[in-house]
Amino acid sequence: MNYIVSIGKYFGMLRYVFSRPERFKVYHTRTFSEIETIGINSLAIVAILSVFMGAVISLQTASNMDSPLLPKYTIGYITRSSTILEFSPTIISLILAGKVGSNIASEVGTMRVTEQIDALEIMGVNSLSYLVLPKVIAAVFFFPFLIIISMGLSLVGGYLAVTTTNLASHEEFVYGIRAFFKMGDIVYALVKTVCFAFIITTVSSFFGYYTKGGALDVGKSSTQAVVWSSICILLANFVLTQLLLL
Amino acid sequence: MIEVKNINKSFGKNHVLHDFSAQFEAGQVNLIIGQSGQGKSVLTKCIVGLLEVDNGNVLYDGRDFSQMDRKERKEIRKEIGMLFQGSALFDSMTVEENIMFPLKMFTKMSKAEMQERADFCLERVNLSGRNKLLPAECSGGMQKRVAIARAISMNPKYLFCDEPNSGLDPSTSILIDNLIKEITYEYNMTTVVITHDMNSVIEIGDHIVFIHTGRNWWQGTKEEIIKTDNKEIIDFVYASKFMKNLKGKLG
Repeated sequence: MNYIVSIGKYFGMLRYVFSRPERFKVYHTRTFSEIETIGINSLAIVAILSVFMGAVISLQTASNMDSPLLPKYTIGYITRSSTILEFSPTIISLILAGKVGSNIASEVGTMRVTEQIDALEIMGVNSLSYLVLPKVIAAVFFFPFLIIISMGLSLVGGYLAVTTTNLASHEEFVYGIRAFFKMGDIVYALVKTVCFAFIITTVSSFFGYYTKGGALDVGKSSTQAVVWSSICILLANFVLTQLLLL
Repeated sequence: MIEVKNINKSFGKNHVLHDFSAQFEAGQVNLIIGQSGQGKSVLTKCIVGLLEVDNGNVLYDGRDFSQMDRKERKEIRKEIGMLFQGSALFDSMTVEENIMFPLKMFTKMSKAEMQERADFCLERVNLSGRNKLLPAECSGGMQKRVAIARAISMNPKYLFCDEPNSGLDPSTSILIDNLIKEITYEYNMTTVVITHDMNSVIEIGDHIVFIHTGRNWWQGTKEEIIKTDNKEIIDFVYASKFMKNLKGKLG
Protein backbone atom coordinates (compact mmCIF):
# COMPACT_ATOMS: atom_id res chain seq x y z
CA MET A 1 0.00 0.00 0.00
CA ASN A 2 2.82 2.37 0.94
CA TYR A 3 4.49 1.77 -2.43
CA ILE A 4 1.31 2.72 -4.30
CA VAL A 5 0.97 5.90 -2.22
CA SER A 6 4.62 6.76 -2.89
CA ILE A 7 4.23 6.19 -6.64
CA GLY A 8 1.18 8.47 -6.64
CA LYS A 9 3.10 11.07 -4.64
CA TYR A 10 6.00 10.84 -7.09
CA PHE A 11 3.77 11.59 -10.09
CA GLY A 12 2.04 14.34 -8.10
CA MET A 13 5.48 15.83 -7.51
CA LEU A 14 6.28 15.75 -11.24
CA ARG A 15 3.18 17.84 -11.93
CA TYR A 16 4.59 20.67 -9.79
CA VAL A 17 8.14 20.20 -11.07
CA PHE A 18 7.01 20.88 -14.63
CA SER A 19 4.70 23.78 -13.85
CA ARG A 20 5.56 27.18 -15.28
CA PRO A 21 8.66 28.73 -13.64
CA GLU A 22 8.24 32.08 -11.85
CA ARG A 23 11.31 33.73 -13.37
CA PHE A 24 13.06 32.12 -16.34
CA LYS A 25 16.28 34.06 -15.80
CA VAL A 26 16.76 32.61 -12.30
CA TYR A 27 16.08 29.08 -13.57
CA HIS A 28 18.49 29.63 -16.43
CA THR A 29 21.30 30.55 -14.02
CA ARG A 30 20.46 27.63 -11.75
CA THR A 31 20.49 25.18 -14.66
CA PHE A 32 24.04 26.17 -15.60
CA SER A 33 25.12 25.85 -11.99
CA GLU A 34 23.57 22.36 -11.87
CA ILE A 35 25.31 21.37 -15.11
CA GLU A 36 28.56 22.11 -13.33
CA THR A 37 27.57 20.33 -10.10
CA ILE A 38 26.05 17.16 -11.47
CA GLY A 39 27.61 17.01 -14.92
CA ILE A 40 31.08 18.52 -15.19
CA ASN A 41 32.01 17.41 -11.67
CA SER A 42 31.24 13.80 -12.68
CA LEU A 43 33.61 13.86 -15.66
CA ALA A 44 36.62 12.52 -13.75
CA ILE A 45 34.89 9.48 -12.24
CA VAL A 46 33.21 8.68 -15.57
CA ALA A 47 36.54 8.91 -17.39
CA ILE A 48 38.43 6.67 -14.95
CA LEU A 49 35.67 4.06 -14.82
CA SER A 50 35.23 4.01 -18.59
CA VAL A 51 38.90 3.47 -19.40
CA PHE A 52 39.18 0.53 -16.99
CA MET A 53 35.78 -0.87 -17.95
CA GLY A 54 36.76 -0.89 -21.64
CA ALA A 55 40.13 -2.47 -20.82
CA VAL A 56 38.54 -5.25 -18.74
CA ILE A 57 35.85 -5.99 -21.35
CA SER A 58 38.42 -6.37 -24.11
CA LEU A 59 40.76 -8.51 -21.97
CA GLN A 60 37.92 -10.80 -20.88
CA THR A 61 36.71 -11.13 -24.45
CA ALA A 62 40.23 -12.00 -25.60
CA SER A 63 40.71 -14.53 -22.80
CA ASN A 64 37.48 -16.31 -23.70
CA MET A 65 38.28 -16.61 -27.41
CA ASP A 66 39.61 -20.17 -27.53
CA SER A 67 38.48 -21.07 -31.03
CA PRO A 68 41.03 -20.25 -33.76
CA LEU A 69 38.07 -19.86 -36.14
CA LEU A 70 37.09 -16.61 -34.46
CA PRO A 71 38.84 -13.64 -36.06
CA LYS A 72 40.83 -11.34 -33.74
CA TYR A 73 38.77 -8.33 -34.74
CA THR A 74 35.93 -9.91 -32.71
CA ILE A 75 37.63 -8.46 -29.61
CA GLY A 76 37.12 -4.93 -30.93
CA TYR A 77 33.62 -5.72 -32.16
CA ILE A 78 32.45 -7.16 -28.82
CA THR A 79 34.11 -4.39 -26.84
CA ARG A 80 32.33 -1.78 -28.97
CA SER A 81 28.96 -3.50 -28.88
CA SER A 82 28.89 -4.17 -25.14
CA THR A 83 30.21 -0.71 -24.35
CA ILE A 84 27.77 1.19 -26.52
CA LEU A 85 24.73 -0.96 -25.89
CA GLU A 86 25.05 -1.65 -22.21
CA PHE A 87 28.14 -0.71 -20.24
CA SER A 88 28.34 3.00 -20.95
CA PRO A 89 24.66 3.94 -20.73
CA THR A 90 23.60 1.53 -17.97
CA ILE A 91 26.64 0.94 -15.77
CA ILE A 92 27.76 4.56 -15.88
CA SER A 93 24.18 5.64 -15.11
CA LEU A 94 24.18 3.31 -12.11
CA ILE A 95 27.43 4.88 -10.96
CA LEU A 96 25.92 8.33 -11.48
CA ALA A 97 22.85 7.25 -9.50
CA GLY A 98 25.24 6.69 -6.61
CA LYS A 99 27.22 9.89 -7.01
CA VAL A 100 24.64 12.38 -8.28
CA GLY A 101 21.59 10.73 -6.69
CA SER A 102 22.97 10.79 -3.17
CA ASN A 103 24.18 14.35 -3.70
CA ILE A 104 20.73 15.53 -4.82
CA ALA A 105 18.85 13.68 -2.06
CA SER A 106 21.13 14.95 0.69
CA GLU A 107 21.10 18.52 -0.66
CA VAL A 108 17.31 18.69 -0.98
CA GLY A 109 16.81 16.70 2.24
CA THR A 110 19.02 19.09 4.20
CA MET A 111 17.08 22.01 2.78
CA ARG A 112 13.89 20.31 3.98
CA VAL A 113 15.02 19.66 7.55
CA THR A 114 16.57 23.13 7.92
CA GLU A 115 13.28 24.72 6.78
CA GLN A 116 14.83 26.26 3.66
CA ILE A 117 12.10 24.64 1.54
CA ASP A 118 9.45 26.09 3.87
CA ALA A 119 11.13 29.48 3.44
CA LEU A 120 10.81 29.15 -0.35
CA GLU A 121 7.15 28.18 -0.05
CA ILE A 122 6.40 31.09 2.30
CA MET A 123 7.91 33.47 -0.25
CA GLY A 124 5.49 32.08 -2.83
CA VAL A 125 8.15 30.20 -4.80
CA ASN A 126 7.18 26.82 -6.26
CA SER A 127 9.93 25.00 -4.39
CA LEU A 128 9.65 21.79 -6.40
CA SER A 129 10.03 23.53 -9.71
CA TYR A 130 12.78 25.83 -8.41
CA LEU A 131 14.85 23.03 -6.88
CA VAL A 132 14.20 20.05 -9.13
CA LEU A 133 13.58 21.35 -12.66
CA PRO A 134 17.10 22.79 -13.18
CA LYS A 135 18.57 19.46 -12.00
CA VAL A 136 16.39 17.49 -14.43
CA ILE A 137 17.24 19.77 -17.35
CA ALA A 138 20.95 19.74 -16.49
CA ALA A 139 21.07 15.94 -16.25
CA VAL A 140 18.95 15.27 -19.32
CA PHE A 141 21.09 17.70 -21.31
CA PHE A 142 24.52 16.76 -19.99
CA PHE A 143 24.40 13.02 -19.26
CA PRO A 144 24.34 12.10 -22.98
CA PHE A 145 27.66 13.98 -23.36
CA LEU A 146 29.07 12.07 -20.41
CA ILE A 147 27.98 8.78 -21.96
CA ILE A 148 29.46 9.66 -25.36
CA ILE A 149 32.74 10.49 -23.60
CA SER A 150 32.44 7.23 -21.68
CA MET A 151 31.95 5.26 -24.92
CA GLY A 152 35.03 6.84 -26.48
CA LEU A 153 37.22 6.31 -23.42
CA SER A 154 36.06 2.70 -23.00
CA LEU A 155 37.19 1.95 -26.54
CA VAL A 156 40.50 3.70 -25.86
CA GLY A 157 40.90 1.60 -22.70
CA GLY A 158 40.09 -1.57 -24.62
CA TYR A 159 42.49 -0.64 -27.40
CA LEU A 160 45.35 0.06 -24.98
CA ALA A 161 44.71 -3.17 -23.07
CA VAL A 162 44.77 -5.48 -26.10
CA THR A 163 47.50 -3.74 -28.08
CA THR A 164 49.93 -3.47 -25.17
CA THR A 165 49.42 -7.16 -24.32
CA ASN A 166 49.64 -8.24 -27.97
CA LEU A 167 46.23 -9.95 -27.85
CA ALA A 168 45.29 -8.15 -31.07
CA SER A 169 46.98 -5.74 -33.41
CA HIS A 170 46.05 -2.08 -33.92
CA GLU A 171 44.44 -2.89 -37.30
CA GLU A 172 42.44 -5.84 -35.97
CA PHE A 173 41.03 -3.93 -33.01
CA VAL A 174 40.13 -0.86 -35.06
CA TYR A 175 38.55 -3.03 -37.75
CA GLY A 176 36.47 -4.75 -35.04
CA ILE A 177 35.29 -1.42 -33.68
CA ARG A 178 34.13 -0.36 -37.14
CA ALA A 179 32.65 -3.70 -38.18
CA PHE A 180 28.85 -3.95 -38.58
CA PHE A 181 28.37 -0.53 -37.01
CA LYS A 182 24.76 0.66 -36.73
CA MET A 183 23.96 4.28 -35.91
CA GLY A 184 20.79 3.00 -34.28
CA ASP A 185 22.87 1.57 -31.42
CA ILE A 186 24.11 5.04 -30.49
CA VAL A 187 20.59 6.43 -30.68
CA TYR A 188 19.35 3.57 -28.49
CA ALA A 189 22.11 4.25 -25.95
CA LEU A 190 21.36 7.98 -25.84
CA VAL A 191 17.60 7.45 -25.49
CA LYS A 192 18.33 5.18 -22.53
CA THR A 193 20.70 7.75 -21.05
CA VAL A 194 18.11 10.52 -21.23
CA CYS A 195 15.57 8.27 -19.47
CA PHE A 196 18.09 7.29 -16.82
CA ALA A 197 19.06 10.93 -16.25
CA PHE A 198 15.40 11.76 -15.70
CA ILE A 199 15.00 8.84 -13.29
CA ILE A 200 18.13 9.66 -11.26
CA THR A 201 17.23 13.33 -10.75
CA THR A 202 13.51 12.96 -10.09
CA VAL A 203 13.68 9.86 -7.87
CA SER A 204 16.52 11.33 -5.80
CA SER A 205 14.74 14.68 -5.52
CA PHE A 206 11.59 12.85 -4.45
CA PHE A 207 13.34 11.16 -1.53
CA GLY A 208 15.13 14.37 -0.57
CA TYR A 209 12.06 16.58 -0.81
CA TYR A 210 9.87 14.38 1.37
CA THR A 211 12.49 13.84 4.07
CA LYS A 212 11.07 14.13 7.58
CA GLY A 213 13.11 14.48 10.74
CA GLY A 214 16.78 15.36 11.10
CA ALA A 215 20.27 14.56 9.95
CA LEU A 216 19.81 10.81 10.38
CA ASP A 217 16.76 10.88 8.11
CA VAL A 218 18.67 12.83 5.46
CA GLY A 219 21.16 9.95 5.42
CA LYS A 220 18.33 7.43 5.09
CA SER A 221 16.76 9.41 2.26
CA SER A 222 20.08 9.53 0.49
CA THR A 223 20.46 5.75 0.71
CA GLN A 224 16.88 5.18 -0.44
CA ALA A 225 17.43 7.56 -3.34
CA VAL A 226 20.41 5.55 -4.58
CA VAL A 227 18.67 2.18 -4.08
CA TRP A 228 15.43 3.19 -5.81
CA SER A 229 17.16 5.10 -8.61
CA SER A 230 19.21 1.97 -9.34
CA ILE A 231 16.15 -0.29 -9.28
CA CYS A 232 14.23 2.08 -11.55
CA ILE A 233 17.19 2.28 -13.95
CA LEU A 234 17.33 -1.51 -14.22
CA LEU A 235 13.57 -1.76 -14.78
CA ALA A 236 13.64 1.03 -17.36
CA ASN A 237 16.62 -0.63 -19.04
CA PHE A 238 14.63 -3.82 -19.44
CA VAL A 239 11.57 -2.04 -20.80
CA LEU A 240 13.55 0.18 -23.19
CA THR A 241 15.54 -2.76 -24.51
CA GLN A 242 12.30 -4.59 -25.26
CA LEU A 243 10.83 -1.52 -26.93
CA LEU A 244 13.83 -0.27 -28.89
CA LEU A 245 15.91 -3.31 -29.76
CA LEU A 246 13.50 -6.21 -30.22
CA MET B 1 -5.25 42.01 10.50
CA ILE B 2 -5.25 38.24 10.59
CA GLU B 3 -8.29 36.36 11.84
CA VAL B 4 -8.26 32.71 12.72
CA LYS B 5 -11.72 31.19 13.00
CA ASN B 6 -12.46 27.80 14.56
CA ILE B 7 -9.57 25.94 13.03
CA ASN B 8 -9.00 22.27 13.76
CA LYS B 9 -5.95 20.27 12.88
CA SER B 10 -5.26 16.59 13.49
CA PHE B 11 -2.41 14.25 12.63
CA GLY B 12 -4.07 10.85 12.55
CA LYS B 13 -5.62 10.38 15.99
CA ASN B 14 -3.62 13.23 17.48
CA HIS B 15 -5.97 16.24 17.58
CA VAL B 16 -3.57 19.20 17.87
CA LEU B 17 -5.77 22.26 17.40
CA HIS B 18 -9.31 22.38 18.78
CA ASP B 19 -11.64 25.04 17.40
CA PHE B 20 -8.90 27.63 17.68
CA SER B 21 -9.94 31.23 17.13
CA ALA B 22 -7.93 34.42 17.54
CA GLN B 23 -7.38 37.86 16.04
CA PHE B 24 -3.99 39.40 15.35
CA GLU B 25 -4.16 43.16 14.88
CA ALA B 26 -2.07 45.24 12.49
CA GLY B 27 0.65 47.48 13.92
CA GLN B 28 0.96 45.27 17.00
CA VAL B 29 3.34 42.58 18.13
CA ASN B 30 1.07 39.59 18.73
CA LEU B 31 2.63 36.83 20.79
CA ILE B 32 1.61 33.20 20.86
CA ILE B 33 2.93 31.61 24.02
CA GLY B 34 2.52 28.23 25.64
CA GLN B 35 4.39 25.15 26.71
CA SER B 36 6.09 22.86 24.21
CA GLY B 37 3.78 20.47 22.40
CA GLN B 38 0.65 22.60 22.79
CA GLY B 39 0.34 23.41 19.09
CA LYS B 40 2.05 26.78 18.64
CA SER B 41 4.15 25.83 15.62
CA VAL B 42 1.29 23.84 14.07
CA LEU B 43 -0.96 26.88 14.48
CA THR B 44 1.57 29.14 12.73
CA LYS B 45 2.10 26.62 9.94
CA CYS B 46 -1.68 26.43 9.47
CA ILE B 47 -1.94 30.23 9.33
CA VAL B 48 0.77 30.56 6.67
CA GLY B 49 -0.49 27.53 4.74
CA LEU B 50 2.46 25.20 5.24
CA LEU B 51 -0.10 22.82 6.75
CA GLU B 52 -3.69 22.46 5.60
CA VAL B 53 -6.35 23.00 8.26
CA ASP B 54 -8.96 20.23 8.67
CA ASN B 55 -11.66 22.88 8.93
CA GLY B 56 -12.03 26.52 9.91
CA ASN B 57 -10.87 29.72 8.25
CA VAL B 58 -7.80 31.93 8.15
CA LEU B 59 -8.49 35.46 6.95
CA TYR B 60 -5.85 37.96 5.87
CA ASP B 61 -7.58 41.34 5.98
CA GLY B 62 -10.85 39.60 5.18
CA ARG B 63 -9.39 37.40 2.41
CA ASP B 64 -10.08 33.76 3.21
CA PHE B 65 -6.70 32.09 2.78
CA SER B 66 -7.99 28.60 3.62
CA GLN B 67 -10.41 28.66 0.67
CA MET B 68 -7.90 29.94 -1.89
CA ASP B 69 -6.28 27.90 -4.65
CA ARG B 70 -2.50 27.63 -5.05
CA LYS B 71 -2.27 30.66 -7.35
CA GLU B 72 -4.24 32.97 -5.07
CA ARG B 73 -2.24 31.81 -2.05
CA LYS B 74 0.94 32.61 -3.89
CA GLU B 75 -0.16 36.25 -4.19
CA ILE B 76 -0.92 36.45 -0.44
CA ARG B 77 2.42 34.85 0.37
CA LYS B 78 4.23 37.68 -1.36
CA GLU B 79 2.84 39.84 1.47
CA ILE B 80 4.19 37.50 4.16
CA GLY B 81 7.63 37.53 5.72
CA MET B 82 8.73 34.75 8.00
CA LEU B 83 11.59 34.36 10.42
CA PHE B 84 12.21 30.67 11.07
CA GLN B 85 13.52 29.18 14.29
CA GLY B 86 16.74 28.07 12.59
CA SER B 87 16.83 31.19 10.34
CA ALA B 88 16.45 29.00 7.20
CA LEU B 89 18.92 31.06 5.18
CA PHE B 90 19.91 29.55 1.83
CA ASP B 91 23.38 28.31 2.64
CA SER B 92 24.64 28.33 -0.94
CA MET B 93 23.95 32.07 -1.20
CA THR B 94 25.69 35.04 0.40
CA VAL B 95 23.90 37.30 2.87
CA GLU B 96 23.18 39.78 0.11
CA GLU B 97 21.92 37.12 -2.32
CA ASN B 98 19.60 35.78 0.39
CA ILE B 99 18.02 39.22 0.78
CA MET B 100 17.85 39.83 -2.96
CA PHE B 101 16.34 36.41 -3.68
CA PRO B 102 12.63 37.32 -3.26
CA LEU B 103 13.26 40.56 -5.17
CA LYS B 104 14.81 38.61 -8.05
CA MET B 105 11.93 36.16 -8.12
CA PHE B 106 8.99 38.53 -7.85
CA THR B 107 9.92 42.07 -8.78
CA LYS B 108 11.15 43.75 -11.92
CA MET B 109 13.80 45.73 -10.07
CA SER B 110 17.10 46.39 -11.78
CA LYS B 111 20.26 44.97 -10.26
CA ALA B 112 21.18 48.40 -8.86
CA GLU B 113 17.75 48.80 -7.25
CA MET B 114 17.97 45.33 -5.71
CA GLN B 115 21.42 46.13 -4.41
CA GLU B 116 20.14 49.35 -2.90
CA ARG B 117 17.24 47.53 -1.24
CA ALA B 118 19.54 44.82 0.14
CA ASP B 119 21.89 47.48 1.54
CA PHE B 120 18.94 49.27 3.12
CA CYS B 121 17.62 46.07 4.74
CA LEU B 122 21.07 45.17 6.04
CA GLU B 123 21.51 48.64 7.46
CA ARG B 124 18.10 48.33 9.11
CA VAL B 125 19.28 45.22 10.99
CA ASN B 126 22.71 46.76 11.77
CA LEU B 127 24.65 44.52 9.41
CA SER B 128 25.97 47.04 6.91
CA GLY B 129 28.99 45.83 5.00
CA ARG B 130 28.37 42.13 5.69
CA ASN B 131 26.93 41.60 2.20
CA LYS B 132 29.38 39.02 0.98
CA LEU B 133 29.43 36.71 3.99
CA LEU B 134 28.00 33.22 3.69
CA PRO B 135 25.44 32.14 6.32
CA ALA B 136 27.96 29.63 7.69
CA GLU B 137 30.31 32.54 8.42
CA CYS B 138 27.68 34.37 10.50
CA SER B 139 26.95 33.92 14.19
CA GLY B 140 23.47 32.77 15.33
CA GLY B 141 22.40 36.34 16.11
CA MET B 142 23.67 37.60 12.77
CA GLN B 143 21.82 34.83 10.96
CA LYS B 144 18.59 35.84 12.69
CA ARG B 145 19.15 39.45 11.67
CA VAL B 146 19.85 38.44 8.07
CA ALA B 147 16.65 36.39 8.14
CA ILE B 148 14.75 39.47 9.38
CA ALA B 149 16.35 41.53 6.60
CA ARG B 150 15.24 38.92 4.04
CA ALA B 151 11.76 38.82 5.56
CA ILE B 152 11.32 42.60 5.25
CA SER B 153 12.93 42.94 1.81
CA MET B 154 9.55 42.71 0.06
CA ASN B 155 7.86 45.14 2.49
CA PRO B 156 5.54 42.48 3.90
CA LYS B 157 2.20 43.27 5.51
CA TYR B 158 2.43 40.24 7.77
CA LEU B 159 5.47 39.02 9.68
CA PHE B 160 5.70 35.65 11.42
CA CYS B 161 8.54 34.83 13.79
CA ASP B 162 8.99 31.29 15.08
CA GLU B 163 10.90 31.44 18.34
CA PRO B 164 13.21 34.28 17.27
CA ASN B 165 15.26 34.07 20.48
CA SER B 166 15.98 30.37 20.58
CA GLY B 167 19.68 29.65 20.98
CA LEU B 168 20.63 33.30 21.51
CA ASP B 169 22.28 34.96 24.49
CA PRO B 170 20.14 37.44 26.50
CA SER B 171 21.62 40.60 25.00
CA THR B 172 21.24 39.35 21.41
CA SER B 173 17.69 38.23 22.27
CA ILE B 174 16.83 41.76 23.39
CA LEU B 175 18.37 43.12 20.19
CA ILE B 176 16.24 40.81 18.04
CA ASP B 177 13.10 41.58 20.09
CA ASN B 178 13.62 45.31 19.73
CA LEU B 179 14.22 44.94 16.02
CA ILE B 180 10.95 43.02 15.58
CA LYS B 181 9.11 45.64 17.63
CA GLU B 182 10.61 48.57 15.71
CA ILE B 183 9.88 47.22 12.25
CA THR B 184 6.34 46.26 13.29
CA TYR B 185 5.55 49.83 14.32
CA GLU B 186 7.56 51.39 11.49
CA TYR B 187 5.81 49.47 8.69
CA ASN B 188 2.47 48.92 10.51
CA MET B 189 2.82 45.17 10.03
CA THR B 190 0.72 42.44 11.56
CA THR B 191 3.40 40.60 13.47
CA VAL B 192 2.88 37.18 15.06
CA VAL B 193 5.68 35.87 17.26
CA ILE B 194 5.84 32.40 18.80
CA THR B 195 7.91 32.41 21.93
CA HIS B 196 8.67 30.66 25.21
CA ASP B 197 10.67 33.59 26.45
CA MET B 198 8.91 35.55 29.20
CA ASN B 199 11.40 38.33 28.71
CA SER B 200 10.05 38.79 25.17
CA VAL B 201 6.51 38.81 26.53
CA ILE B 202 7.33 41.70 28.82
CA GLU B 203 9.56 43.53 26.29
CA ILE B 204 7.52 43.44 23.10
CA GLY B 205 4.11 41.81 23.66
CA ASP B 206 1.19 44.05 22.72
CA HIS B 207 -1.34 41.25 22.47
CA ILE B 208 -0.72 37.82 23.94
CA VAL B 209 -2.45 34.54 23.12
CA PHE B 210 -1.82 31.65 25.50
CA ILE B 211 -2.29 28.30 23.80
CA HIS B 212 -2.95 25.24 25.93
CA THR B 213 -4.03 21.77 24.78
CA GLY B 214 -4.52 23.21 21.28
CA ARG B 215 -7.07 25.75 22.47
CA ASN B 216 -7.00 29.52 22.81
CA TRP B 217 -6.82 29.31 26.59
CA TRP B 218 -6.37 32.98 27.35
CA GLN B 219 -5.65 36.27 25.58
CA GLY B 220 -4.87 39.75 26.74
CA THR B 221 -2.10 42.30 27.27
CA LYS B 222 1.20 41.90 29.09
CA GLU B 223 -0.16 43.85 32.06
CA GLU B 224 -3.09 41.45 32.26
CA ILE B 225 -0.97 38.29 32.01
CA ILE B 226 1.02 39.29 35.10
CA LYS B 227 -2.14 39.84 37.13
CA THR B 228 -4.15 36.86 35.91
CA ASP B 229 -5.12 34.10 38.32
CA ASN B 230 -5.46 31.49 35.56
CA LYS B 231 -3.67 28.44 36.96
CA GLU B 232 -2.14 27.25 33.64
CA ILE B 233 -0.75 30.69 32.91
CA ILE B 234 0.67 31.05 36.41
CA ASP B 235 2.34 27.63 36.00
CA PHE B 236 3.82 28.76 32.69
CA VAL B 237 4.84 32.31 33.58
CA TYR B 238 6.27 31.54 37.01
CA ALA B 239 7.86 28.21 36.13
CA SER B 240 11.38 29.53 36.66
CA LYS B 241 12.85 30.23 40.08
CA PHE B 242 13.86 33.70 38.91
CA MET B 243 10.28 34.66 38.03
CA LYS B 244 8.99 33.17 41.31
CA ASN B 245 11.52 35.23 43.27
CA LEU B 246 10.67 38.31 41.26
CA LYS B 247 7.00 37.81 41.99
CA GLY B 248 7.78 37.35 45.69
CA LYS B 249 9.85 40.55 45.78
CA LEU B 250 7.19 42.54 43.95
CA GLY B 251 4.50 41.08 46.17
